[in-house]
Amino acid sequence: MKGHEVALIAGMAAMTFPVRYGFFALGERITFPPLVHRALGYVPVAVLTAIVVPMVLLPDGAHWQISLRNPWLLGALVTAGIAWKWRHLLGSIAGGMAVFFLYRWLAG
Amino acid sequence: MAQEPSIPSPGAELWTGARDSLPMLVGAAPFGLIFGTLAAPSGLSAAGALAMSLFVFAGSSQFIALTLVASGSGLAVILLTTLVVNLRHALYGATLLPHVASLRQLWRVPLAFWLTDETFAVVQLRYAAPDPSPHKHWYYLGSCLAMYGNWFAWSLAGVLLGRSLPHVEKLGLEFAMAATFTGIVVPMLRTRPMLGAALAAAVVALAGRGLPYKSGLLLAAAAGVTAGVLLEPRKVGP
Repeated sequence: MKGHEVALIAGMAAMTFPVRYGFFALGERITFPPLVHRALGYVPVAVLTAIVVPMVLLPDGAHWQISLRNPWLLGALVTAGIAWKWRHLLGSIAGGMAVFFLYRWLAG
Repeated sequence: MAQEPSIPSPGAELWTGARDSLPMLVGAAPFGLIFGTLAAPSGLSAAGALAMSLFVFAGSSQFIALTLVASGSGLAVILLTTLVVNLRHALYGATLLPHVASLRQLWRVPLAFWLTDETFAVVQLRYAAPDPSPHKHWYYLGSCLAMYGNWFAWSLAGVLLGRSLPHVEKLGLEFAMAATFTGIVVPMLRTRPMLGAALAAAVVALAGRGLPYKSGLLLAAAAGVTAGVLLEPRKVGP
């Protein structure tokens, strides 16, 4: 590994770890005000939705595919249905993946 | 409520955390493989690619770094980009802080180093579960170790096998990650504020998907959180 790669990787690590560690480092020395605490409760739903929805509606990253012939959308809807009705995470993932791969296999 | 509490052992939590991350191990596999495969053509040595997976451990940043290295961008540009792409992790850190604040630094340092989208997704769910297990950080660790080992192994496979692996990226294994995130989010959408948060985040993520360096994702998170708070009933506290 050459010198410039060491600098690149050390630099990237220095731009990654402190961002992840910043709040953890504070530990019990910081408590959030109630409003912030409540707001953080929406982070999981907001971020995970923001990651998933574009993946599913534009699987190639460029073209809208709002159709049940889009295996990403079909699979996600099956997962969503199972998760909503039975609240079983692994079951919902397995169901969605089964439909996703079955559809892709059938559609060739 | 007064039932016999059966508290899972640290080892059981560790194993469950790894097991619950399984679909995302599958989902991350093609990305690790493609990262390893693209390293050499982008001008990054095999050792450099593996060191990046070991010491940076941030998929999106690693891909963007490859692109920037290949285009001959300067170090400063790459580092600034990495910082911006990673900002969402600060949000994860803040969200999980109440659960890890009392742990020793010896725990908090590695748990922070290994904090990814995927681990955040399952770990926040574990912490939200009502059981009072004092060992939930072992679950967190289990997810971390599984994701870390998986990422390194697939990066290594990509570096070693390179283009001799036929079209793994076309199998659609990434869908496993989409399915996991969907399965985690959907049961949470039972209140108006949560539903509003999801809708606002989705709309902004779609509108901002062309913005550089995942900044659309940050805007979407901000929109979702704001919508959620605004939709909360006025008189009811948290």
